[in-house]
Amino acid sequence: MPAANKRVRIRIAVNGTPRELEIEARRLLVEVLREDLDLTGTHIGCDTTYCGACTVLLNGRNVKSCTVFAVQADGGEITTVEGLEKDGKLDAVQEAFAECHGLQCGYCTPGFLMSTRALLSRVAHPTDAQIRKGIAGNTCRCTGYQNIFKAVRAAAGAAGK
Amino acid sequence: MLGELGEEAKVLAGGQSLIPLMKLRLARPSALVDLNHIPRTAYIETQNGHVRIGAMTRHADIEDSPAAACIPILHDCAAGIADAQVRNMGTIGGSVAEADPHGDWAPVLMALGAEVECIGPGGARTVPVSQFIKDAFSTVLGPADLVREIRVPNAGPRSAGAYVAFKRCAPVYPTASAAVEVKMLDDDFCQDAKVVLGSVGLTPVVVAEAASALRGQAITPHAIRRAAEAAMSAADPQADLRGSVEYKRLLVGVLTERALLAALARARGERVEVAHEYAGR
Ligand SMILES: Cc1cc2nc3c(=O)[nH]c(=O)nc-3n(C[C@H](O)[C@H](O)[C@H](O)COP(=O)(O)OP(=O)(O)OC[C@H]3O[C@@H](n4cnc5c(N)ncnc54)[C@H](O)[C@@H]3O)c2cc1C
Ligand code: FES
Ligand code: FES
Repeated sequence: MPAANKRVRIRIAVNGTPRELEIEARRLLVEVLREDLDLTGTHIGCDTTYCGACTVLLNGRNVKSCTVFAVQADGGEITTVEGLEKDGKLDAVQEAFAECHGLQCGYCTPGFLMSTRALLSRVAHPTDAQIRKGIAGNTCRCTGYQNIFKAVRAAAGAAGK
Repeated sequence: MLGELGEEAKVLAGGQSLIPLMKLRLARPSALVDLNHIPRTAYIETQNGHVRIGAMTRHADIEDSPAAACIPILHDCAAGIADAQVRNMGTIGGSVAEADPHGDWAPVLMALGAEVECIGPGGARTVPVSQFIKDAFSTVLGPADLVREIRVPNAGPRSAGAYVAFKRCAPVYPTASAAVEVKMLDDDFCQDAKVVLGSVGLTPVVVAEAASALRGQAITPHAIRRAAEAAMSAADPQADLRGSVEYKRLLVGVLTERALLAALARARGERVEVAHEYAGR
């Protein structure tokens, strides 16, 4: 990896669109998404790998984008919360969070949506324990986890239909 | 390449320890060499019951592997590390190289008698995990050395292990943990045992007295209690925000007992799931 401020070229597909970017090697994925690509749906909560507000999918798996250098994602596919909606239709996970009141202020929500998406792509019908484990890396400071849990369950039910 | 870049250069694996440390300016490497795009560094291969795990294998891949289904202590460990996001990036090679006293892999790999294959300018060498880790955050690796592979030996029939850790929530390291491996002669008699504690010393604590309380003995509640008491006295915890010395000692006793019971049941062929224990559940 080159010196921290040296600019490097990376190729990533973000929400299905191929992007070629020239960025400083030191920059975090979340910064590139928010500042260079204007995808501000991905939030920064703690910047210490704790809260999960910055969660995105890297090659289908949920990761904390505040703890990934953008160059580590080179050649990869990234899905952010903006990529969940398809043809103007919300994803089943988004629908379920709205239905079940799985959010209040919404700050943590993009992260929860991405972790839920990753979980349901891996396990279509998770047990309660699997749900708890799947979203354990996301913190919510106002809704409380009951409704979030219900939303994940509802999304799993909807995906099964 | 690492040799040319000098001592301040570091390699980047999953970045789940290194990036947080760099943000805190506790690590300030002069250059980073990214291992993420090197082919054939992430794999889990099983041959005659021996398992070889490439350094860049993510915790999440070990969690879901057929090897972890056969050797459930690998699953206990991999599935309990941090949260899904950290497990998707963090690697087993990075974990052993970091040698964090609170890390989950080291006590488990020591209980399994695993070895680390290291490569460097001087060639390759294989070192038992117990010798690989020298001190807190310190290993035998030189500045230009790398971990290439982790090797887990075949424990043989009637052997099984279990790992139980206690943590306060998912994205934190354990308060204390216990890794247990047993080899039984039959359903009751223990041929050999190993008990290794995590988070209660600068390096994992091997409890020799617990092993001798079990080796060659019929496994009775009394023997299990003696092993747990031996673990409590061997533990050398420090008081911190996670708890006092007394609390952590008591915790170690309970965790050792739970891990032993799970390992014994597994050695009898029972399927037992153990998970990291959380506060408030
Ligand atoms: C919020 C959070 C919670 C966590 N909780 C836990 C937990 O409960 N239990 C636990 O065990 N861990 C935990 N971790 C740590 C996690 O498991 C890390 O993934 C791991 O410690 C380091 O692996 P990495 O691949 O991310 O390494 P990196 O961060 O990339 O590297 C760590 C160090 O190892 C060196 N290194 C990496 N790979 C190699 C190699 N192949 N050869 C030589 N040197 C190498 C690097 O230069 C660096 O110094 C947690 C991390 C976070 C952020
Ligand atoms: S902002 Fe990344 S985990 Fe909190
Ligand atoms: S909805 Fe406000 S933090 Fe979760």
